[in-house]
Amino acid sequence: MEIFDFYRKDRWPHVFCPGCGNGTVMNCFYRAFSELDLPLERTAFVGGIGCSSRIPLYISSDALHTTHGRAIAFATGLRLSKPDLKVVVFTGDGDLGAIGGNHFINGCRRNVDMTVICINNNIYGMTGGQASITTPHDFLSTTTPFGNKEYPFDLAELAVAAGANYVARWTTRHVHELTKSIKTALQKKGFAFVEVISQCPTNFGRRNKMADPTQMLEWFKESSVRRDKVRTAAVDHFDLNMAGQITIGEFVDRNRECYEELIGVEKHG
Amino acid sequence: MRTPRGEYFLQGNEACVEGAMSSGVRFFAGYPITPSTEIAEGLAQRLKGTNGVFLQMEDEIACISAIIGASWGGTKSMTATSGPGFSLMQEAIGYAAMSETPIVIVNVMRGGPSTGQPTRASQGDVMQTKYGSHGDYQVIAFAPASVQEMFDLTIESFNYAEKYRVPAFLLSDAEVGHMRGLLSVPEQLKIVDRKEKGLKRADEAYDVPDDLVHPFPTFGKGHKAMVTGMTHAEDSRIEPEDVKTHQELVKRLSEKILKNRKDINKWELVSPGSKTMIISYGSAALGPKEVAAKDERVGLLRLKSLWPLPEEPIYEVANQCERILVCEMNLGMMYWPIKRVALEAGCKKVELLSKIGGEPPTPSDVRHKLRGMGAI
Ligand SMILES: Cc1ncc(C[n+]2csc(CCOP(=O)(O)OP(=O)(O)O)c2C)c(N)n1
Ligand code: SF4
Ligand SMILES: [Mg+2]
Repeated sequence: MEIFDFYRKDRWPHVFCPGCGNGTVMNCFYRAFSELDLPLERTAFVGGIGCSSRIPLYISSDALHTTHGRAIAFATGLRLSKPDLKVVVFTGDGDLGAIGGNHFINGCRRNVDMTVICINNNIYGMTGGQASITTPHDFLSTTTPFGNKEYPFDLAELAVAAGANYVARWTTRHVHELTKSIKTALQKKGFAFVEVISQCPTNFGRRNKMADPTQMLEWFKESSVRRDKVRTAAVDHFDLNMAGQITIGEFVDRNRECYEELIGVEKHG
Repeated sequence: MRTPRGEYFLQGNEACVEGAMSSGVRFFAGYPITPSTEIAEGLAQRLKGTNGVFLQMEDEIACISAIIGASWGGTKSMTATSGPGFSLMQEAIGYAAMSETPIVIVNVMRGGPSTGQPTRASQGDVMQTKYGSHGDYQVIAFAPASVQEMFDLTIESFNYAEKYRVPAFLLSDAEVGHMRGLLSVPEQLKIVDRKEKGLKRADEAYDVPDDLVHPFPTFGKGHKAMVTGMTHAEDSRIEPEDVKTHQELVKRLSEKILKNRKDINKWELVSPGSKTMIISYGSAALGPKEVAAKDERVGLLRLKSLWPLPEEPIYEVANQCERILVCEMNLGMMYWPIKRVALEAGCKKVELLSKIGGEPPTPSDVRHKLRGMGAI
């Protein structure tokens, strides 16, 4: 599949800023999807609200652009009512982890078959750079002008604890690993979660001495530590930036029965 | 599986379950809350063995979000709740209106504000139903007053939600939801299905002009549907900054409902032409109905639908009577729009009998008020 068979050319140009990590994720997703040769017309894309959540509207298939934080709940209904559709959710750290946190953990627990891709840029990008639940400690944002006094959520660990079948975290600096994980996620039965640490040069980098997107990519590279090498609860738990590092890799890959199997809706898809 | 023809003795909430099943509901998501819980419990039972899904979710926001998602999968979808849960659903109600998603929301009203009176009836959410989400929008709402109507009007809620691609509400209350009574189910039921894009059927929904209600592009059928709550043009392109696109969209969403008031509105008239007319709805209308049946000086207009406001029957009644008594279980909500229409019709005396606390107004409450008005 050509890239513009996958993305809607008629919706170009997109709204994303130059250097935004969303483009990298879109590219990796396209690559994973087309390498697997999945049928686009049998795949529905769901987004919440935010820059990252806009991605479904650029894909040449059915798209449900919903309310802030609720994408997983909408996707749950869609998937269970039409189990012959593959469902993919694009969301952001604010959308998924703050306002949508309850749907996120319950989605992992319920284990409905869907692929959830969270573009974690450590900030509320679309609204202009307010602190989010993953803004690193002491970093600057418009609502933490003296440094963020809170500590960030570890979304990947949260997904593991809540029961997702597949969990991985990469950064936009790790495009090959990311593409591979997206492929695994798309093939996984049950709730598959891929977190991508991404750059928002406009609203995060600029305020944290990394206005140039390449500086952010450099930062991702330097701070990333493979999960298998640092497998201690303390590091895993506080993860992002508390220990000054980003734990990357596959966090879990298991095969709990998905909800569709448990309630038997797959049979009449 | 629809309810077989026959006579049943049921609770109001159980009759709602049967109405939903008979309409072809195939997706229900709910969160426990008194006094609506029997609807979720009933559907957990009844959907088993169908190709339908019952889902208990983490909160009411998840429930309404899920039923909207399910509706885009092409299934008739519903949730049921009461006051606090209804408040949580408001943002998504606006989303359903903006994205033109057919869904049914049952609100078995209890006393508010806040946790209020979980087991007691109220009609305090009638304005929230129409005005609770932000922005301009129209919805369709029915107000049952009996076990039979819990069945009949649940079916109408589905029919009109589908026909106009709009969230439709069954505004019941603790009194009607928990009353027991007879339900008679006929052989033939009128069931309306949404007008699907790319399909042609001789169906009621297909009679609505396309410029008001666009055919529904069900997911998974190659339509490349783009569904959004943002201001969008006819081709679904997001145009949040465009003045004209916004005007056209939001006006159409209102007009598709308001222009079809006559098709949507339902009511019952007792002794039309009486000098004094009571206008009421739901369980608040039960006392007035008894009074109107026994006293020829008093008539009743019982509204079976509340939104869009049934202006025509209110106008006609107001045009012919000397005084109107609006009777409701809140501190005066439908009273104001009814009074506005009555004044336009030339009826200057419009009074309110309001009763809160959980007990519907009794016949003696009504007579007492009518005496005070000099009506009897
Ligand atoms: C209920 C609600 N609250 C607030 C907003 C405003 N809002 C829009 S996008 C956004 C933040 C999105 O952040 P994130 O999910 O991290 O996405 P990003 O833009 O960073 O990709 C907020 C708070 C909203 N649309 N709805
Ligand atoms: S604001 Fe940030 S997240 Fe949004 S498009 Fe711009 S760079 Fe990307
Ligand atoms: Mg973000």
